[in-house]
Amino acid sequence: MNLDTPSSPHIHSGVHITGMMARVCLALVPAIIAYTWFFGWGLIINILIAVATALCAEALMLRIRQRPIAPFLTDGSAVLTGVLLAFCLPPFSPWWITVMGTAFAIIVAKQLYGGLGYNPFNPAMVGYVMLLISFPLEMTQWVPPNIVNQLQIGFLDTLNIIFTGSFPYLLSIDALSMATPLDTVKTELGLNLTVSEIVRGNAIFGDFGGVGWEWVGNWILLGGVWLIYKRIITWHIPLALMGSLFVISFFFFMLDPDTYASPMFHLFGGATLLAAFFIATDPVSASTTPRGRIFYGIGIGILIYVIRTWGSYPDGVAFAVLLMNMAAPTIDYYTQPRVFGYKKNYEKPSSKSGDGGNT
Amino acid sequence: MRRLFQFHGGVHLKEHKKDAMTQSVQAARLPKQLVLPLQQHIGAPAEAIVAVGDKVLKGQLIARPASTISAPVHASSSGTVVAIANHPVSHPSHLDAPCIIIDTDGEERWHTDRHSITNYHELPPEKIRAHIRDAGIVGMGGAGFPAHIKLTPGDHVVDTLILNGAECEPYITCDEMLLRERALEVIVGLRIMRYALQAKRCIIGVENNKAAAFRALQEQVRNTGADFIDVIQVPTVYPTGGEKQLIQVLTGKEVPAGGLPLDIGIVCHNVGTAYAVYRAIEFAEPLISRYVTVAGSVAHARNLEVLIGTPVIDLIEECGGNRNTLSRVILGGPMMGTALHNVTAPVTKTTNCILVNSTIGDVPLPSRDKHAMPCIRCGNCATACPIDLLPQQLYWYAHAKDFDKVQDYHLFDCIECGCCDYVCPSQIPLVHYFRYAKTEIWAQQHEKALADIARERHQFREQRLEREKREKQERHKKKRAALKPAGNAANKEDEAKKAAIQAAMERAKTKRENNSIKPKNTQNLTTEQQQQISEADTRRTELNKGIINKQDVQRNPVQDSKP
Repeated sequence: MNLDTPSSPHIHSGVHITGMMARVCLALVPAIIAYTWFFGWGLIINILIAVATALCAEALMLRIRQRPIAPFLTDGSAVLTGVLLAFCLPPFSPWWITVMGTAFAIIVAKQLYGGLGYNPFNPAMVGYVMLLISFPLEMTQWVPPNIVNQLQIGFLDTLNIIFTGSFPYLLSIDALSMATPLDTVKTELGLNLTVSEIVRGNAIFGDFGGVGWEWVGNWILLGGVWLIYKRIITWHIPLALMGSLFVISFFFFMLDPDTYASPMFHLFGGATLLAAFFIATDPVSASTTPRGRIFYGIGIGILIYVIRTWGSYPDGVAFAVLLMNMAAPTIDYYTQPRVFGYKKNYEKPSSKSGDGGNT
Repeated sequence: MRRLFQFHGGVHLKEHKKDAMTQSVQAARLPKQLVLPLQQHIGAPAEAIVAVGDKVLKGQLIARPASTISAPVHASSSGTVVAIANHPVSHPSHLDAPCIIIDTDGEERWHTDRHSITNYHELPPEKIRAHIRDAGIVGMGGAGFPAHIKLTPGDHVVDTLILNGAECEPYITCDEMLLRERALEVIVGLRIMRYALQAKRCIIGVENNKAAAFRALQEQVRNTGADFIDVIQVPTVYPTGGEKQLIQVLTGKEVPAGGLPLDIGIVCHNVGTAYAVYRAIEFAEPLISRYVTVAGSVAHARNLEVLIGTPVIDLIEECGGNRNTLSRVILGGPMMGTALHNVTAPVTKTTNCILVNSTIGDVPLPSRDKHAMPCIRCGNCATACPIDLLPQQLYWYAHAKDFDKVQDYHLFDCIECGCCDYVCPSQIPLVHYFRYAKTEIWAQQHEKALADIARERHQFREQRLEREKREKQERHKKKRAALKPAGNAANKEDEAKKAAIQAAMERAKTKRENNSIKPKNTQNLTTEQQQQISEADTRRTELNKGIINKQDVQRNPVQDSKP
């Protein structure tokens, strides 16, 4: 009789990485639909390209690194990286932008560091920053909301634009593209206009952020809250990020509402919400202690504001996340929770292991 | 209503408790053979006081405690000692341990030389504790610490005696059945323990999924008018049954790290221990049986009153389990139990549950090493940890064998409850890593201790040799000092001798100087040759003069320094 004698515990909750990643992707679905509604099929095509590239790059690297392919390909992390990166790209980006960014994210930012669990930086953001620095033109060719509906650019047209660069109705990307709300504010502030003048003078601004953008933001928010409810992510990072961004933007807005955009504009503009719930919460590269996550979130929120307001890029999410990725190990070290039995008012216990470290 | 507190983390587990509670507890069949390990407790193993071939009676002392922290072992039934030898027992190492093996005679004849205590109030607490010690009672919740030691308050004033009836692990129902069926006895046992400890008040903590047990306890407390006993329902969260966690939930106090509950005026015992104390005091029955849950893949999951030493396989078969289809047998619960390597191992004083086969559990984990993915630092483990550790960091450093860092992150405060494992989405066997790190550190500390002893011994020896040498020198000095006054005449003689030696040396020196450059084979040479030689000699003398002088200079100081 051969009895199996594994170490305890002998049961498991059944939670698996694949399930976690799948839920994160699922939480993005409403936002993807909203995005498609306002900005056309570009996002969905980009997602398909990015996911395919991510899986191929992952498989290739796993093979080269002689790691088992099946479990890592099905863990969902590569798929999620692809989806998130695609979400950050302009919808009519040429296909090679998406492929290059995703491949860079998976190969350099993830697999070269040791694959799942070992990457110090958020792969999607590394890919995005690489693209932003290398191809600034392609990365700023955003389209205004609803234009695709007005021009009736369908799925096949979009496919054509992405893969061949040829636009229907003799249009061109230069004619079609338009600055994002964040970019508009930044540029026109430089022209000595006040924020309220800018907002009144441009049709792209909605109630909080940009038309269309704010609706995508609402659905991201909803998906994020669902993730917290499902305990896939904790509230610490999103709340700290949004809270700090709100506070700092509110402070400057109060100081001078003509020069500084409103807190709501910052929260619902750009990639704030996506960062708060889906990007900064990437567990591998984020801080891992509960208190540390709060500091990590606050850091990202402040950096986003600083880069948006005084930096040379319209949005600072990717840079803010990467900078705080760097700080995460240090934050973790200094934010260890107080372990059970180490209350300060106790006399120093005579610990058997000889350590009396207290945080 | 008493205010309850929360401990950090914890997990909600499927209970799987109903199956084994459908019928009342009955005595298990008498096994043909009883296997009684000499060590069923924390502390020194007991020493056998019977020999092979001895007839023993039920309740007879067969092994006595070897030291203060130890517990005696009694024969669970009457019969003949057939062996005192190593036998498979439940131990993570899978090593056999010394056991007394008794062939039962089926007569269940009791040992007669027993003394019950009719009125424990009239005896001093020491007597009660001694009686409990002699009954071989140990903590029956699983740890197995000798009960009489935990009933000794020492210098402390015990404010609260907590009786642990939380039983938070899935499948296990032996405590719950005990409380349902023997509530009065448990309460009497508790009162005896309170007397031994001189505790002010008592709390019985029961998880709120055990309504029948709670009601039974409340009723008996009311009936006996013991107003110093509070029966409290605590939320059903694993691991509420952990001693530190239950204390925190009931009192809000934290047992200091590396300390004991006694340090904060609290003592915590298992309900089964209270029942054993009651049997020992009222009926003079030593601890020879206990309630055991048999659950999992058996036809009739149930609770049995089992004689200590009954082989596990006997109980599995009694409950309709099949010997040939066993794949995994766990002693204890699915979260902290030990997987048994050999089912002939006996039930001991600390065995609360026998869990049969691998199809148990919410999700069976056949072999997690293959399934484990890398840690993604999601922190679910830290959220679940009742000690507020960071298992993800502990794992990182344990994996890297950085044993200093792992201790900085409080490895030794880990209670191995398994919550982190349970929630890990990468299915990493975290507790396994932590046990490994602990064992490695202990081994290192042990080696270091041995090295320290060796070094100390060496240093002591060096010191001793040094001291002996010094003493010898001092003795000689004293001797010389004692001889000195009579040494004047001798001194003159010495000087004369020295002068003579000096003179002889001078002579030898001149002689050497004259001789040193003369070749030895100068006989029978022609004049020409003589001539050549003398010429060469002259040249050599010229050359060598410097060297010789130097040699003399070098030689002389040495000679001078000699007395």
